[in-house]
Formats: sequence, structure tokens, C-alpha cells
Amino acid sequence: MLTKTSILRVVSKLLIPPIMLFALYVQFHGDFGPGGGFQAGVIFASAFILYALIFGVDNARKVAPAWLTRLMLAAGLLLFAGVGVFTMFLGGDYLDYSMLSKDPHAGQHLGINIIEFGVGTTVAGAMITIFLIFDGRLRAEKKD
Amino acid sequence: MIAAHLPILQVIIPLIVAPIALIMRDSRTVWVLTLSVTWVTFSISLTLLIEVLDSGNIIYRIGGWAAPWGIEYVLDKVGAFVLVIVSAIGSIVMTYARQSVEAEIPDDRIYLFYTMFLLCLTGLLGIVITGDVFNLFVFLEISSLSSYVMISLGRDRRALTAAYRYLIMGTIGATFYIIGVGLIYMMTGTLNIADLTVLIPSVSDSRTIHTAMAFLTVGVCLKLALFPLHLWLPNAYTYAPSVVTAFLAATATKVSVYILIRIVFTLFGDVNILEASGLQNILMTLAIIALFTASTIAIFQNNMKRLFAYSSVAQIGYIILGLSFASQIGIAAGIIHLFNHSIIKCTIFMGLGCITLRVGGVSVKDMCGLGYRMPWTMAAIVIGGLGLIGIPMTVGFVSKWYLVRAAFEQGMWPIAALIITSSLLTIVYVWRIVETAYLKPAPKNAPNIKEAPLSMLLSSWVLALASIYFGVNATTTLNIALEAADSLLNGGLK
Repeated sequence: MLTKTSILRVVSKLLIPPIMLFALYVQFHGDFGPGGGFQAGVIFASAFILYALIFGVDNARKVAPAWLTRLMLAAGLLLFAGVGVFTMFLGGDYLDYSMLSKDPHAGQHLGINIIEFGVGTTVAGAMITIFLIFDGRLRAEKKD
Repeated sequence: MIAAHLPILQVIIPLIVAPIALIMRDSRTVWVLTLSVTWVTFSISLTLLIEVLDSGNIIYRIGGWAAPWGIEYVLDKVGAFVLVIVSAIGSIVMTYARQSVEAEIPDDRIYLFYTMFLLCLTGLLGIVITGDVFNLFVFLEISSLSSYVMISLGRDRRALTAAYRYLIMGTIGATFYIIGVGLIYMMTGTLNIADLTVLIPSVSDSRTIHTAMAFLTVGVCLKLALFPLHLWLPNAYTYAPSVVTAFLAATATKVSVYILIRIVFTLFGDVNILEASGLQNILMTLAIIALFTASTIAIFQNNMKRLFAYSSVAQIGYIILGLSFASQIGIAAGIIHLFNHSIIKCTIFMGLGCITLRVGGVSVKDMCGLGYRMPWTMAAIVIGGLGLIGIPMTVGFVSKWYLVRAAFEQGMWPIAALIITSSLLTIVYVWRIVETAYLKPAPKNAPNIKEAPLSMLLSSWVLALASIYFGVNATTTLNIALEAADSLLNGGLK
């Protein structure tokens, strides 16, 4: 635990909000430049992991309890697949984003942004879960 | 409206229900959910099979993008048939699963098991239905990763090393596959299977394509456990929970065989790759070695699950042998044995699951006298065993009959003789089980045990009876297999 080092605490407190903001930038700018859901999810999760490293896993678990990360894992995939099913109900094929708006071009934009958000949610959930589960195992072994 | 979307619904229904199962968490609810999904996919695949047989290939364009730019799902006769096999086994295994899973998997992980099962089903169905080699890789990874997790849920701690070993071997297999796909993409610039069939002949003499072919074949053979690449299989089947063994033994390796069929007869269909590259002899030799080696090892096993795992390696040998003839009857024999072996192995492993539930283990000493203590379960296992040998009136006979016919057709009578001789080895290990269960007395201090629960017995018996029905009345399945083989040899997905 690095909690006693005040420089680390202050710097990470300063850094965590911009990291999350940057994740959102990468998420929504993926449409025009490099980026997208996967990278954004990893960056977003890295903010949590930094927090857990500096302020302890117990505190991080308060912010991201098991039910929340599990929900993130499921919700992202459901959002992605749900968009596909929704376009089917609108009369197109599965994942046919052109259906989402009157203008097919706008529909494609909207569709790809929504599914990428789904990807981001699931990836962030997965990364946080993996990190916290490894920590849980270490503690279980220490108890033995 | 919904009929046009059946090909995609087949894959996305289990995919969407998987995260829902993760949120629900209650093991009973999740089981009901999974059960209904498997039966829905089974009915969809039957509808699709009927449609394909009636009116030819079905094509579905994802996102409305036409191939070769977009991903398309294509279903021909082979695909539709394998789809039915996978989803039928899935639905019967799920009907069987509840008690067995509750007994073998810790309560707090049961919902995770069902989630993984649904993802594995998604992957397997997706592999069969997709018409895009990269999409196939994605589904291959979905099904593989979830099956590693399912194997590692076994009660025995050795399940973890078995799953880890499978993970390493499976990942090498999948990596080889994707390297092969990369090399092909380099030469042709497309990933669409139908498109590749057209483009490959013009570049097939290049070294790149030869290398790609080598990577693809070795990678897929790792996944389908062709001797000597089968080393991951025995431990994985032995230590996995009974339900997982029954499901994977009947579907995972079969779907990998399907990938091999696609590569050899569809991707490289126009260049007669089997003969041109000498692959035919390699596959044939390995298949025959598999028949004898794996059956011989099976004879000496004390754990019944391990015994039948080795038997699976031998049976995969028969399938590959059939394909390696590259004739209509040979390929049909391979496809029909794919179906027959799924039924047989699933029956046997479900029977062993019943024994695990009641007796606690499946070693030879647990089996003593079981023929009288669990008569129905043992009878189902014996019917499965008779099918493995290939006794007339069982499905095994149909497969072997066609294999021998295919060998004679090409004048390869030594191979026909080897097929029949290898059946003798099967008799030895099946007889060993009959002997232990019916002729040896139960140990004196054996606890009183009941027959397995009804749902488990019924599911095993449905498949046991199917193995007799399709042995007596093989016309339907044979016709589909023959037509499928014919369409593979003449045009494939075009």
C-alpha cells in the first residue's frame, strides 16, 4: 500500500479525473480518429486501478462493488446486441445502423457510437474485475 | 419477418441471454432460462435445415452490408446439419443438467457455469453458420475460452491443470488458424469464404498459400484432437464436470471437424488440395494410427471418463479417415459419423454423469455390480458402447459400413481391413465395462443407491434410443450426409 506517500496521493488525486475525461474523449472521438470502445474502456479502468493502488483495494471496492462491475460486464454486451435487435425491429438486418435515423449517414454515426459505448462499458468492467479478483486471491492465500 | 432473421437469431439469442443470466444469478431461474434458450435454438436450427434442404443455401447479411465487404452468414447442407447436431445436443444436455450441476459445481458458481455454457453454445453455432473466416476465428475464441472456464469448474483440483493445458494447446491452435487466415488474406485480400473459393485457385501455387494451408490444418487438427495432437483431450474430459464432458465431447471437436471440412473442401475446394499437397496421405495415416493407439490406451484405463475420452480420440480418427478419402461416400461417412458419434458419446457421458451423482466416482471399482444397482443407467451406457463397436442396428454400424464402402470404392481394401480390426479393440474396452458392471459383485460395504433422477435418465435414454432409431432407419440422416458431401464436392457455398 502506498497510502502514506503524500506526493503520490496528491498527484493521483489530480490525475484520476483527467484520466477518466480522456477515456471519454477516446470513446467518443473514435468516430473521427484513433480510439474507440476498447481503448476507452481500458483507460477508464486504469483510473480505478490507480485509485486502488494508491488508496487501497477496500476503498476501490466501495466505489466499484462486485454487483456494479458485474452489471457493467453484462450491460455493455446487452447494449451492443440490443442495438442490433432494435434495428431488426425497425425493419433492417441485424446491426443495420442506417435504420436508426431518417438519414442513413446519421444512423451509421449514431449506431457505431452506441455499440462502441457498449464495448467500452464491458471492457472497463472486465478490467476492473480482473484487477480486483487478483487482489482477492492474494488475500485468500494470505489467510491460509 | 422473423423467418428471414432466423440465421442471426440462432447465434444472438444465446449471446443475449448470457449477460442476462449473469445479472439474474439465481441458479434455478438461470437454468430455466438456459433450458428454454437451448430448445429455441434447436427448433430454429431444425427450421433452417428444412429450409436449406428444400430451397438451397441461406444467406444473411449482417448490418445490410453485402459480401465481400460485410460479414455474411451462409448456411449450406453441411452447415445446417452440424447446426442441428450442436443445438440438439445442447438442448438435451441442458434438460439433463440441473441435478448434475447442483451436485458437482459449488452453489455460488452455478450461474457462471450457465453463462459460460450459453457463450460456448453461441461460439459453436456461430462457427458453423458464419461465412467469413475471421468471424469464424472470433467465434472459435468465444467457444474455446468459455469451454476452458467450464472445464476448470470440475470438483477435482486437477481440473485446473487440465483446463490450463487445454488453454495452451487451444490457443496455439487458434493462433495457427489466424496466422493461416492472415497469409491467405495477404494473397487474396478477402476474408469471405465464398469469395476465397473463387480467388484461391489463381494463387494456389505460391509458397504463401502452401504455408497458410499448413498452419490452418495443424491449428484446426489441434482443436479437433487428431492424433498426435490430442494430448489436451483426455485430462480435460476426465476432470471436467459431467455435464461439460457430455456437451463438449459431442460438440466441440465435431465443430472443429466442420472447420476442417470447410477449409479442405470449400476454401481449397477448387484446387483439390488433399491430393495436390499430399495432405491426404498424412491425414489418412494419422487417422489410422489414432484408431489403434487411442483404442489400445483406452483398454488400460481405470477411470471410465478417461477411457471414453481416449475412445473419442479413436472415433475422431474414423471421421478424419472418412474425409481423407475425398470421395462422396467417404465424406458422407465422415459427416454421418460426426452425427452418430455425437449421439453415442453424449449418451455414454450422460450415463457416467448419473453414476458420478449416485456413486461419487466412475473408476472401475465404483462400477462393480452397477448393472443391478443402476440398471437403467448402465443399460443406456451399454447401448452407447454397442454403437461404438458398430453392432448392426446401431448408428455405429451405419458409419462403419459407409467407411468400409468408401475404402472398397477406391480399392483400398487394406484400409477396410484395418477399420474392421480396430473395431475389435473397441469390443475389448466395451466388454470390460459390461464385465465390471454385470459380472462382478458389488463390494460388500457398498452403500445403497437409487437409480438416477428421472430427468437425467430420460435425457440419456432419448439419445440411447436415437442411436438405435438412426441405426435402423438411417435413410434420413444418410440422405442429408450424401447430399451434403455432394454439395461440398461440387461448388460448396457458391
